[in-house]
Amino acid sequence: MDVLYFAWVRERIGHPRDRVDTQAATVRDLVEELRAREDRYAAAFADLTALRVAVDQELTDFDAPLAGAREVAFFPPMTGG
Amino acid sequence: MDIRVQEAAFDLGDEARAFAARQSGMGAVVTFTGIVRDVGGRLDVMEIEHYPGMTERALTKIAQEARARWSLGDVLIVHRYGRLRADETIMMVATAARHRADAFQAAQFLMDYLKSRAPFWKKEHGRDGAAWVAARDEDEAALDRW
Repeated sequence: MDVLYFAWVRERIGHPRDRVDTQAATVRDLVEELRAREDRYAAAFADLTALRVAVDQELTDFDAPLAGAREVAFFPPMTGG
Repeated sequence: MDIRVQEAAFDLGDEARAFAARQSGMGAVVTFTGIVRDVGGRLDVMEIEHYPGMTERALTKIAQEARARWSLGDVLIVHRYGRLRADETIMMVATAARHRADAFQAAQFLMDYLKSRAPFWKKEHGRDGAAWVAARDEDEAALDRW
């Protein structure tokens, strides 16, 4: 699946997307896998309360299942308008 | 319903006039405009990032929700991304309804939801460096009234 990062999450990780092969059942499981990759991922995902997640472009929560998901995006709370 | 996410500047007057002109039987048109604010004269550039694809979906969903809640003839949302300067227009919403209460309330609802449910992020570049604008608790709390 494609994992996308926006705003300071993207900056902290250093690039806008990863192509990830994963069996993660939920978003939280995916976050654990990403955290284990490198320090910069661990830093970006240190505090999940500071992050929001979308699965296939719909806002959801960290317990959301990933079965069949094609795209997961992580970003800080939005500041539109 | 007209929803646009674009880098290019737009003319508020042209948009409002065109929106009003294509309505029929609507007694009220309300517009809201968001403008880049330079607090203390320190802002150089306001950078707006968004999530192409999800942004359009989220805005469409918010507009559809407004149409389900109020009696509206039409909704317009234009939101820019990219690098903007102080006093430039960031975005606008317009609502058309038979009566003003629907148009006003729907415009306020659109703005409240757009602020914290549409995937845009602002970064201020200024004299003191660059920083992402933090979401405000009031913006999240504003959703509770709907």
